[in-house]
Amino acid sequence: MDEALLRTLTPIVIGILVRRGADFAAAEDAMQEALVEALHGWPDDPPRDPQGWLVTVAWRKFLDVARAETSRRHREARVEGEPAPGPSEAADDTLQLYFLCAHPSLTPPSAVALTLRAVGGLTTRQIAQAYLVPEPTMAQRISRAKRTVSGVRFNQPGDVATVLRVLYLVFNEGYTGDVDLAAEAIRLTRQLAARTSHEEVAGLLALMLLHHARRPARTGPGGRLVPLAEQDRSRWDTGLIAEGVDVLQAALARDRLGEFQAQAAIAALHADARTVEETDWVQIVEWYDELVRLTGSPVARLNRAVAVGEADGPQAGLAALADLDPALPRHAAAAAYLHERNGDAATAARLYAEAARSAPNLPERDHLTRQAARLNAQLRG
Amino acid sequence: MAKYLLLKHYRSASQPAPIGCEPMDQWTPEEVSAHIQYMVDFAKRLEGTGEFVGENALSPDGTWVRYDGEGRPPVTDGPFAETKDLIAGWMIIDVDSYQRALELAGELSAAPGQGGRPIYEWLEVRPLLSAPPTITE
Repeated sequence: MDEALLRTLTPIVIGILVRRGADFAAAEDAMQEALVEALHGWPDDPPRDPQGWLVTVAWRKFLDVARAETSRRHREARVEGEPAPGPSEAADDTLQLYFLCAHPSLTPPSAVALTLRAVGGLTTRQIAQAYLVPEPTMAQRISRAKRTVSGVRFNQPGDVATVLRVLYLVFNEGYTGDVDLAAEAIRLTRQLAARTSHEEVAGLLALMLLHHARRPARTGPGGRLVPLAEQDRSRWDTGLIAEGVDVLQAALARDRLGEFQAQAAIAALHADARTVEETDWVQIVEWYDELVRLTGSPVARLNRAVAVGEADGPQAGLAALADLDPALPRHAAAAAYLHERNGDAATAARLYAEAARSAPNLPERDHLTRQAARLNAQLRG
Repeated sequence: MAKYLLLKHYRSASQPAPIGCEPMDQWTPEEVSAHIQYMVDFAKRLEGTGEFVGENALSPDGTWVRYDGEGRPPVTDGPFAETKDLIAGWMIIDVDSYQRALELAGELSAAPGQGGRPIYEWLEVRPLLSAPPTITE
């Protein structure tokens, strides 16, 4: 069965239901039920017109619920009978769904869950598995999110920036269950880029493509983390890199720089180097300067310090690092790296061990422990 | 089947330290990798035998928290790295017998350390309390 098609059709069908008079929450529920039925029935009995099938089944599910409510509330007039299926204006509806699901009144985890369900066409079970929480917990999170946005008018224009933040979060969650969230984030960002000409949408898409291209090289045997400098660059996906660079160049040409374009430019410069020695660190530092100017983010400053260490030598990098708060995430790891490049293996080993203790995830902790172990073994001679 | 929580203590106040166990950053990188691989393989094998429920490593930084009365923020102590009794992680298994739980905990304790020798790590095995059975008489 074509699950990708099913997912593409999800926001379109929700849009059609809303245009027919269903409110968003009811339309989304109905679509989820139709989706589960499709996942069950389609493998044995695929419909000739998948979209028509989904609209029919979802509308019936909606009517079942609405009729039950109607008989209770005597509101026959609004939902009786089949309304004429008018033009669906699917494209605009899908864009509206992106805005609604990333509404600023939602917390980031709620916006992520709602986007994956209503725009992404994932089932609650799949989303729950991907985020390692029980299915009823995820179901509650989604229904609370829907209540939160229930007062928002479907036709209100939204803010692209909030949508991008949600998609960025999905992409960064990576790969835990049977759903590849990174690939899903790329699909959703592609779909968004096809509907809006916003430069930062293109910037985020380029950033995702360029990072995704490196994924095959990023993990070694047993899931161990392979840092950028040690990656086998022949395993990078050149097709994704070419696409990412194209998307980025088209966006940059329009001269409205944003943080995602700047990040993508840095990723593109890494992708451009056939060996780590060929990396154009001077240009990378310039892009970090842009990024710091655009965001003022301390994390960008930290990464900039590492890049300065490559462009102008480790002492310059350490000097840049000295201005930053040592409590920043990955500060110790960056300092360890620069101290080793500066020839101070003992300090580097101590800092790597310290960084391992505060590492935010297991592959990173294991990697940092190995770095400390490597230097300590070297020091013992 | 019965579920057991295996708590991986790196050190313990009441039990002697694991034999010859220096901090991991004092091992060679190969020894570190071999140790991690052993853990990964152990969990994978239990998945294969239908005995694995879940596991997670824990960050060493913990914070103590308690209620401090109406209208007051909770009292906190820390965060600081526990030095006396560090729980490095947990695993829950679902096995036929207590005997089997002990056997598996023993295997996990024999994970390789420096020179490929077992680290003799202390594990705490705690039975999980279950729902009451339907038939009790």
